Amino acid sequence: MGQITLERVSKSFGHTEVIPPLDLTIEDGEFCVFVGPSGCGKSTLLRLIAGLDDITSGAVLIDGQDASDVPPAKRGLAMVFQSYALYPHMSVRKNIAFPMRMARIPQDEQNRRIEAAAKALNLTDYLDRRPGQLSGGQRQRVAIGRAIVREPSAFLFDEPLSNLDAALRVGMRLEISELHERLRATMIYVTHDQVEAMTMADKIVVLRAGHIEQVGSPLELYRTPRNLFVAGFIGSPKMNLIGGNEAARHDAHTIGIRPEHIDVSEDGCWQGTVGVAEHLGSDTFLHVHGTGFGGTLTVRTTGEVTLAHGDTVRLLPRAGRIHRFDASGLRIV
Amino acid sequence: MATRHFRSTARLMMAPAVILLLGWMLVPLTMTLWFSFRRYLPLRGGDLGWAGFDNYVRFVTSGAFWPSVQTTLIIVGGVLVITVALGVVLALLLDQPIWGQGAVRILVIAPFFVMPTVSALVWKNMFMDPVNGLFAHLWRFFGAEPVAWLSDVPLASIVVIVSWQWLPFATLILLTAVQSLDREQLEAAEMDGASPLARFGFIVLPHLSRAITIVVLIQTIFLLSIFAEIFVTTGGAFGTRTLTYLIYQRVLESQNVGLGSAGGVYAIILANIVAIFLMRIVGKNLDR
Ligand SMILES: Nc1ncnc2c1ncn2[C@@H]1O[C@H](COP(=O)(O)OP(=O)(O)OP(=O)(O)O)[C@@H](O)[C@H]1O
Ligand SMILES: [Mg+2]
Repeated sequence: MGQITLERVSKSFGHTEVIPPLDLTIEDGEFCVFVGPSGCGKSTLLRLIAGLDDITSGAVLIDGQDASDVPPAKRGLAMVFQSYALYPHMSVRKNIAFPMRMARIPQDEQNRRIEAAAKALNLTDYLDRRPGQLSGGQRQRVAIGRAIVREPSAFLFDEPLSNLDAALRVGMRLEISELHERLRATMIYVTHDQVEAMTMADKIVVLRAGHIEQVGSPLELYRTPRNLFVAGFIGSPKMNLIGGNEAARHDAHTIGIRPEHIDVSEDGCWQGTVGVAEHLGSDTFLHVHGTGFGGTLTVRTTGEVTLAHGDTVRLLPRAGRIHRFDASGLRIV
Repeated sequence: MATRHFRSTARLMMAPAVILLLGWMLVPLTMTLWFSFRRYLPLRGGDLGWAGFDNYVRFVTSGAFWPSVQTTLIIVGGVLVITVALGVVLALLLDQPIWGQGAVRILVIAPFFVMPTVSALVWKNMFMDPVNGLFAHLWRFFGAEPVAWLSDVPLASIVVIVSWQWLPFATLILLTAVQSLDREQLEAAEMDGASPLARFGFIVLPHLSRAITIVVLIQTIFLLSIFAEIFVTTGGAFGTRTLTYLIYQRVLESQNVGLGSAGGVYAIILANIVAIFLMRIVGKNLDR
């Protein structure tokens, strides 16, 4: 059980309104990712759900019950902090046991859960160490272990992987996804990493300055971004946005096309000069200028192309893949 | 080559300071040791020759010795308990965002800048005087008989005075420690279901253990030698004679330098026993 509903929830610090009233429902068992630029209120929203900050107005419902005035410990949620917030003077075992000790769970039950969590998270060999003697990834797993043993109805993660190096991040991403498959608990996950959002989420919530710009599955957001902000934010490399005459030809103020939806072709309708060609091995990203649209156009092609700086290319946008936006930035359907 | 040259220059430049400090320490220590083996009575014939261990035996067997050791330990222990306990409470309070925080912090630190003699006099005459003291007025206001603090409860009174002086030091060190505590740890503990008391016991106190160790060690060193507070309040009467005070009486009141010096050597030994004892108990906190 872990359905979380926000009803007209808002938050102000003094006179500055960080979160204007917003509504959001996160279904039981869902993996929901909050994304948005830095300072848009992702952490604040998470802390409001956790109860660490008080909401200014509105209500937080957990499984349909108003939990706005319930203290954090009684909400049945577990949080994994960006800094991990492990207790430095306690061993890993004591860290993981802490919430159970506070809940006065019998000792043998505690041990059983600790063993289970340690096995699942590959921590068995480290149980007697202090957090200071662990690597970043291991600390991360201890923090997750401490959250799991409480058997919460929902997990809240605040940028849990941002302190890890790229390789470890990929590994931990998979582990968290597997954990979600196994526990089937609700998870709310804050990140500003594109790839994490796209690969892990059942549902992505795109935030800007405390507003929800769009809510949907990763593919929905990828295929039908509701406005220019979401179009620019979701997808990597970023969507090409073209204004002016070319947009007017499509009856729009701005048109957008993703780099992967433009082909290099002899009979392409657009023409330009290759500026930089980034060879990633599997793919090549061409930055094409001189197209007459202003700015450069990013094009994704296969890894084997031999185009280089200064070559002239003809480009063909795939039919039906052009997104059209009106003057206020909204998608035209 | 440059570094070797630099090093020898550095040694040369530091030598005067090192030699001065060494002399500063060694000369009095050697003199104390020397006098402790002499019969030296300045007003009764001066240096009367070798005394062997007579002074040492006399100092310990005098009826004033063990009570003075006990008094010293009670005062040191009492002040340590009070300053650490209140220091933790004050540090936690001062860490809260309050109006006029800067001014309050300076006020809290202020007693540390008052000279021991002055503060003891202020306490003696303004607060603890049985006729005109503030406490006497307060007691009378509630219809109670004023307490003659310095003669009825002299040891406790001195502990209060000295604690008042050292509380700012403890508070200051503990406050910096409290401020370095990671807020997210407290929030994590809150989410883990820890009550405010449990958060204090499991998170805050262990975090402060290192700072408390430092406060205890430094204060002990200074408290073992408190003198002015006793001199201006009770003058060593009513069972407030510490080891330091006893030595003072032997040297200046009885004019027996040899006996006093032997007491001085005992004081050094006591200080070292206390230091080793403390290091054993709390010193392991510093290893982490
Ligand atoms: N205690 C506070 N007092 C005043 N303003 C605050 C406070 N906490 C956060 N804010 C403001 O609220 C806004 C949202 O902050 P928040 O920490 O939620 O951002 P975020 O989306 O998590 O950003 P990031 O990706 O950088 O972590 C910011 O503009 C921040 O300055
Ligand atoms: Mg944040």
